[in-house]
Amino acid sequence: MAQGLLRFITAGSVDDGKSTLIGRLLYDSKTIFEDQLESIEQASVQRGTDGADLSLLTDGLRAEREQGITIDVAYRYFATPERKFIIADAPGHIQYTRNMVTGASTADLAIILVDARSGLLEQTHRHSFIAHLLGIKHMVVCVNKMDLVDWSEERYNEIVDAFRSFSSRLDIPDIKFIPISALQGDNVVDRSENTAWYEGSTLLHHLEHVHVAADRNLQDCRFPVQYVIRPQTDANRDFRGYAGRVAGGVFKVGDEVVALPSGLSSKVTSIAIGDTKVDKAFPPQSVVMTLADDIDLSRGDMVVRQNNQPESMQDIDARICWLSEQPMRPGTRFELRHTSREAKVVVKEVVYKLDINTLHRKEDDLEIGMNDIARVRIRTASPMLVDDYRRNRTTGSFILVDPGTRLTVAAGVVYT
Amino acid sequence: MSDYNLSHLDELEAEGIYVLREVAAQFERPSILFSGGKDSICVTHLARKAFAPARIPMPLVHIDTGHNFPETMQFRDDLVKELGVQLIVGSVQDLIDCGEVTEESGFNASRNRIQTPTLINTIEAHQFDACCGGARRDEEKARAKERFFSHRDDFSQWDPKNQRPELWDLYNGKHQPGEHFRVFPLNNWTELDIWNYILRENIAIPSLYFAHEREVVRRNGQILAHSEYLNLRPDEKPETMQVRFRTLGDLTITGAVESDADTLEKIIGEVAAARKTERGGRMDDKRSQSAMEDRKKEGYF
Repeated sequence: MAQGLLRFITAGSVDDGKSTLIGRLLYDSKTIFEDQLESIEQASVQRGTDGADLSLLTDGLRAEREQGITIDVAYRYFATPERKFIIADAPGHIQYTRNMVTGASTADLAIILVDARSGLLEQTHRHSFIAHLLGIKHMVVCVNKMDLVDWSEERYNEIVDAFRSFSSRLDIPDIKFIPISALQGDNVVDRSENTAWYEGSTLLHHLEHVHVAADRNLQDCRFPVQYVIRPQTDANRDFRGYAGRVAGGVFKVGDEVVALPSGLSSKVTSIAIGDTKVDKAFPPQSVVMTLADDIDLSRGDMVVRQNNQPESMQDIDARICWLSEQPMRPGTRFELRHTSREAKVVVKEVVYKLDINTLHRKEDDLEIGMNDIARVRIRTASPMLVDDYRRNRTTGSFILVDPGTRLTVAAGVVYT
Repeated sequence: MSDYNLSHLDELEAEGIYVLREVAAQFERPSILFSGGKDSICVTHLARKAFAPARIPMPLVHIDTGHNFPETMQFRDDLVKELGVQLIVGSVQDLIDCGEVTEESGFNASRNRIQTPTLINTIEAHQFDACCGGARRDEEKARAKERFFSHRDDFSQWDPKNQRPELWDLYNGKHQPGEHFRVFPLNNWTELDIWNYILRENIAIPSLYFAHEREVVRRNGQILAHSEYLNLRPDEKPETMQVRFRTLGDLTITGAVESDADTLEKIIGEVAAARKTERGGRMDDKRSQSAMEDRKKEGYF
């Protein structure tokens, strides 16, 4: 079976029908099991809701069930004969922006739900912008609750036009619109008889067939060394292999490569996954590479090609999302984690803070608190090997760790 | 173009290998928690691939309830020998004997709960700062929000409302002395993925997973293996049935299912058609809606 994998994010609040939509996908793909259904039916009766409340399926923590809210990203899985799916189910309220950023960081596609009655809301803009900021290339706008607007093609077109005019400011190359009723299942898994005017595919069909492999950067060879393998056993006394996950490009046995930051060159002599030798490696494969020469190369370094190298920089222009409950104090030092490399950094300047509902830049209020998105300039203690995030999501992203609490306090994307 | 498409199993494998290498690189004293079940066998298989041709650079840790299937123990010892790795056993019986924990009594008595202090003791005794395990997000709702690097304070407690955000594949393993991480390389796998991977990689698993004849006892809608550790109620009578196990835990609480699946292909067919989750057969999860969350907060795996 050669099923591929699609990771997507759904953002929204209960009122949007997000839980209903996820429940529908899981239920219609036979992923909800009897004992899970039994357990949520029991809980629904206890709480006095009508029928099985499918949001109980995604709200796994006791605090969430008690408060009836989603406070963390939950991951859900389902598969069809075509593909396996990982859903990052993120809460939609503004106070959970950091959770949506987290879920979006690994997603290939974002589903945006719009209530056909109310049209685009502030949160539609916010969710779309976060998807754009985190480099998601595919978006599906589900115009939901079409049953409540009498399946009106006119209403649907109004919403599509409004979204198009807003999204022209965002860098999302593939946007698809689908009129649905998550509650009744129209155009989710099965084609609706109520939307004869709609000629596109159903949501599930689209998810099964959307082409995401091309989003991976196969041009710029980037191999961050994660771990050096030296068995020191009798059978492999002189073996020295570089383990890592390919972050970009295609490496082939025989390729001339350069180790950074040393700048020394060598040639790839073998590539292996476990005991199996392969002739090439590409993202997101985890491999072990051996080189012809014994050069200085260890965790945090990067193997690249001579004529295509990342930028080596100490002054970084980045967008960050602040994740910590403690506001950022200007001039604080952090530990930055980027691929397999770490460095001490200081945030030199907050250029502006973004109002993520209106996309307006705020240059007079530069205090950064939880969920804020800001453009900053960072100075690192040693040069970092980075690419623009829009070109490479692995070599263009980083996190900031507070050296005192050791907590992850910010996520950042690099603009070169 | 199609040359650069990976199957979902390839992607999950690449992710699991990446996570295990991060563990080896970021921690001083990492370990793999090995129960002898299919999930920890898969983690061990990924570790073998992650570090080949070197040996796995961390020991296997078995928390031994003393109520084991003999087949699992034999399997464990053979695997350890083949891999040339160190095996560390944390014994629940030892803790009972020295009076540090008290065993539950009665018909539904289980050693599940006292596995936790045994695990914590073992972690402290060996100063492990990372323990890799085979738990998956799809197993149980409290696990759906697990991180890859899941932080535990110096009392081994999990604080689900205050978890570290985890973005891209940047895992933050920084911690204060005494704290540690539980690491879950199989987070994104489902039960079916595990079985398909076992088939594809030809991974050896204990014979208990395949259908076989066994003396069993029916209790509360479950089928439990009859053994010297199970206290029979007066009205209970062991019977012989054709069964297999979907999970392997403590002998006294792990329910079997009636099955004639005696090959991996048949098991995959059965799992794909199953309408109950694999943990649906575990008495330990049935105690309440948040039984798993509560045990996890205390330090359970």
